[in-house]
Amino acid sequence: MKESKVHGPKSNVAPELPVHPAGHAFTPGDGLDRRELFKFVGASLALAGATACTRQPTEKIVPYVRQPEEIVPGKPLFYATAMSVGGLATGLLVESHMGRPTKVEGNPLHPASLGGTDAFAQAAVYGLYDPDRSQTLLQLGEIRPWSAFLGEMRLVLEEERPRRGAGLRILTETVSSPTLARQLALLLAALPAARWHQWEPASRDNARNGARMAFGTPVNAIYRLTDADVILSLDADFLACGPAQSRLAREFAARRREGASGGAMNRLYVVESAMTPTGARADHRKPLKAADVEAFARSIATQLGVGAPTGTAESGGRFATDSFARAAAADLLRHRGRSAVIAGDSQPPAVHAIAHAMNGMLANAGRTVVYTDPVEANPEDQLESLRALVADMKSGAVSTVLVLGGNPVYNAPADLGFRDAFRKVARRVHLSLESDETSVECQWHVAEAHFLESWSDARAFDGTASIVQPLIAPLYGGRSAHEVLAALSDQPELSAYETVRQTWSGRLPGNFEESWRRALHDGLIAGSAFPLRALTGAALPASEPVVSSGLEITFRVDPTIHDGRFANNGWLQELPKPVTSVTWDNVAAISPATAARLGVANEDVVELSVSGRRVRAPVWIVSGHPDESIGVTLGYGRTAAGRLGSGAGFDSYAIRTSDALWRSGAVGVRKTDDRWRVAVTQEHHSMEGRHLARAVTSDELSRNPGVVQEMGEAPAAGQTLYPPHPSHDYAWGMAIDLGSCVGCNACVVACTAENNVPIVGKDQVLRGREMQWLRIDHYAEGDPSNPRHSFQPIPCMQCENAPCELVCPVGATVHSAEGLNDMVYNRCVGTKYCANNCPYKVRRFNFFHWSKQFRAPSMRMLANPDVTVRWRGVMEKCTYCIQRINEGKIRAELENRRVRDGDVVTACQQACPAEAIVFGDLADPQSRVSQRRRSPLSYALLAELGTRPRTTYLAKVESPNTHLDAEGRA
Amino acid sequence: MQIFHRSTNFLSRVSIFGAFFFIGILLWLFYDLEASPYTTQQNTAREQPVQFSHAHHVGAIGIDCRYCHTSVEKAAFAGIPPTKTCMNCHSQIWAQSPYLEPVRESFRTDKSLEWTRVNDLPDFVYFDHSVHVNKGIGCETCHGRVDQMPLMYQAESLQMRWCLDCHRNPEKYLRPKDQVFTMGWTPPVEQAVLGERLKREYHIRSRVVLESCSTCHR
Repeated sequence: MKESKVHGPKSNVAPELPVHPAGHAFTPGDGLDRRELFKFVGASLALAGATACTRQPTEKIVPYVRQPEEIVPGKPLFYATAMSVGGLATGLLVESHMGRPTKVEGNPLHPASLGGTDAFAQAAVYGLYDPDRSQTLLQLGEIRPWSAFLGEMRLVLEEERPRRGAGLRILTETVSSPTLARQLALLLAALPAARWHQWEPASRDNARNGARMAFGTPVNAIYRLTDADVILSLDADFLACGPAQSRLAREFAARRREGASGGAMNRLYVVESAMTPTGARADHRKPLKAADVEAFARSIATQLGVGAPTGTAESGGRFATDSFARAAAADLLRHRGRSAVIAGDSQPPAVHAIAHAMNGMLANAGRTVVYTDPVEANPEDQLESLRALVADMKSGAVSTVLVLGGNPVYNAPADLGFRDAFRKVARRVHLSLESDETSVECQWHVAEAHFLESWSDARAFDGTASIVQPLIAPLYGGRSAHEVLAALSDQPELSAYETVRQTWSGRLPGNFEESWRRALHDGLIAGSAFPLRALTGAALPASEPVVSSGLEITFRVDPTIHDGRFANNGWLQELPKPVTSVTWDNVAAISPATAARLGVANEDVVELSVSGRRVRAPVWIVSGHPDESIGVTLGYGRTAAGRLGSGAGFDSYAIRTSDALWRSGAVGVRKTDDRWRVAVTQEHHSMEGRHLARAVTSDELSRNPGVVQEMGEAPAAGQTLYPPHPSHDYAWGMAIDLGSCVGCNACVVACTAENNVPIVGKDQVLRGREMQWLRIDHYAEGDPSNPRHSFQPIPCMQCENAPCELVCPVGATVHSAEGLNDMVYNRCVGTKYCANNCPYKVRRFNFFHWSKQFRAPSMRMLANPDVTVRWRGVMEKCTYCIQRINEGKIRAELENRRVRDGDVVTACQQACPAEAIVFGDLADPQSRVSQRRRSPLSYALLAELGTRPRTTYLAKVESPNTHLDAEGRA
Repeated sequence: MQIFHRSTNFLSRVSIFGAFFFIGILLWLFYDLEASPYTTQQNTAREQPVQFSHAHHVGAIGIDCRYCHTSVEKAAFAGIPPTKTCMNCHSQIWAQSPYLEPVRESFRTDKSLEWTRVNDLPDFVYFDHSVHVNKGIGCETCHGRVDQMPLMYQAESLQMRWCLDCHRNPEKYLRPKDQVFTMGWTPPVEQAVLGERLKREYHIRSRVVLESCSTCHR
């Protein structure tokens, strides 16, 4: 496809604004000529009138035969459950409409959630109703009943008992479930020669091995950012990645808000090997190749006075004169006991050990960093575990292998030869949600029950146990790992429910039934968090850090589809990735300077080679990515993921080897002549000198409290030719704190789930037709090698003087008495004038009948019944969750009172782990939104246009170290 | 040379006038058709699996609306009774009636009865029963004299203009809360006076709020 470049106003941040030929509504490629267009116009005009007098189609009401007592038709119920990613759980509350789960929310009682969630949890319901889920139990592609599988397992037992299970292997992902661990222990007790292996491509081996290195035992580190004044991240994306991300984001953001309102603000230093949301939130950020992080950490440790073993002084000296390292070290020393050093999971064990040593030295251990026993049931080195399994399989010692979840054929390190070894096993069984790359290599494929369909249990990052409670009976008769393992026990038909109850009977305090019900209701077992361990004397490892030279490649889990398990989840595929806004693809991220050196531009395909293995990837230039580094994410390039996931992106597992799981210095790059169109939702990341996402430093603010207001001019209230819209009863408004937002995207998926927003696919995203009502704009300002980043969530501004309302010829968008900018779908004729006149570009048009995707039998159950499903030719946009406002208002009316602050919580607000979004009544001066509006940081986006938005922002306040300059370099 | 006869002048006047007239008639026809019971299905009794008579159960026996429509005061949906509610009585009386065989069959086989919806709003309208009955709108106001309907039919047009008539002037229809479930209620004093008083007493929202689009459309 021909590319044209338009050079806009000179910006210091690449890339400049590309104009895609496909960016227009009608292109020659659409196959529509002028004559045909007129035919359509004429026909639609003629038929338009006839549509008004359709009769209502006949509808049926199907009541219960015996109605359950707690169900009131039309009133949703909420049940507590928990979702595990990487083995560790986050507590959730799931909304159920007449027995079908439609929306996931955070569980305020659960320590990993505190009410917020990540994007994965928000998208869980899509995974449940995904029409591509595996629906049957298969043996060699033939549908078989469960009893046939039970028979097969009986056979396995008969074979294995005489040889004590020597031929049996079980491969799971990381297990924290006490029940699964108990079942596995029982099985291994009965068959002592059998082996249980764990493999997860994004395992926390490095963290565990680092703890082993420091303390001699693989303890689990928990960070308490509430008490941390200075935080140093060593390549850790702790705000947007990991089992405690929602909690850490909440604690971090709370301290930012405290600081912005005059209290003590925390300060975040980040050194990182890629551009992550955590780095974007740093007060000082240093892009560093992954290989250099250890040397950097070591130099800070030396400056802190952590006893350096002899011989390492020289390597520690590499960053000894680095001003960033010196400033960070000095700052950490000034905040002994009130700081935290966090190492990233992709960094080698030595970096974790150094972080532990630093936390010990700084007296943070026991205060901002606490330790418990490992949460995982078996905290083994998973790479070694997988290696051992592959060796056994190669040797022919294995006759039966049960793969319970996971997708090792796809995601095992490329050099282990897992697939070939796997094929040598005579009986291969795979339990999975989809018939994936591993399933097609197995004789038996058992359709797995989704976590919303099955009983289980799991532990959170601090050990807190939750019962995983099903919201719905298995849609396709799927089975859980508990039932598959039960098939190998002497109670083959024991249900998962009974198995889980057996685990906890006798372990819950007091009366079992009462405690069980309490645990189900609360979503956690009170007091089950692991006791803290007092650990001191973390040793500084003696290993010599790698001296980096030349190009390196780093691997990361993908921010939207994780390790590939969510590849067929349309909500997550279409979710723009933080910072880059890329959808439906992974890219090879490189810095502007490296791109210039290699002579590559965005969307150029390069061939990446690591020790002879090759993969072709599109280049994407990311400001702030370290030079001489290529960053790729895992999870793409799948071949058997389903209709959405297969074929998207490139498979970076193909070049990921066991000696270089997270980073390799032996990477080759060759430019090819090919191009790969990448669908992004934001093509330009510069504010062009305007103050859109405002940021000030705490010093600037204390010198001049009006600094945020002075960045732009807002016309006075009366300066308009349009008649005023007085608000009646309530004046709804929203205030978004840019200082809290970590750009994690949970709100975007929450909005998609709540409001029946369709997905449109890569081709349509390329044409700018994505439908998400809420987007997170990202800006990068300043030096392209390490710019200053901002995130800005943009919902509808609900302008008081709304430009969209004035241009609608049919009155389809009008002002409500409470100040909402109402969108009336049934009046809309699709002129799109409103979208053209909206300065914030928040209106979305249904170019096609996208809501047809809700017609698949399972997808029908996904839709929120409280929100209209829109049809082709209709404009739509954020409504401030009008269904939730009306629900709150009606509840208040029934109780003869006004809506109280906090009664109405929008979907984005509920999901936000950082409490960046506050919604409420501006007519109530005490409401939180009114309080935020009175802040000197409050401003309206593009206020100079006189639109008087109801959505306002609080400027981000940063607390840079005065010894370093604003960009983090000195 | 004159091509047209003089009478053509008259014909052209007639056709210009006639065109206006014709378009007017068309518009009127369209308007009338759109508001007609043919389109709205007003006053049409619908086929149901059981010939359930509200006239008998409400009018003759005097069962309260809420005995069956249990969620009308607390939820958007008034609730259609489960088969169990029918069987509370009909396991004792008319227990052998052939008319009630579908009910007994449902109870036996655990398969729901499938009723045809009589009062059906479009899917982009979100009506909430609870707020209406709690604010003094009687069942009868929208559903008509249910106690006189042997077979259920839709008593009003349920078109938006009909909704708005009340949302704009609720005082015309308000009744005391204790009379909401009464059939055939007549205001003891003049409705205009009573309505104004109840509107204040029940904190009925102002007209602009009630006629905002998002009050009913989401």
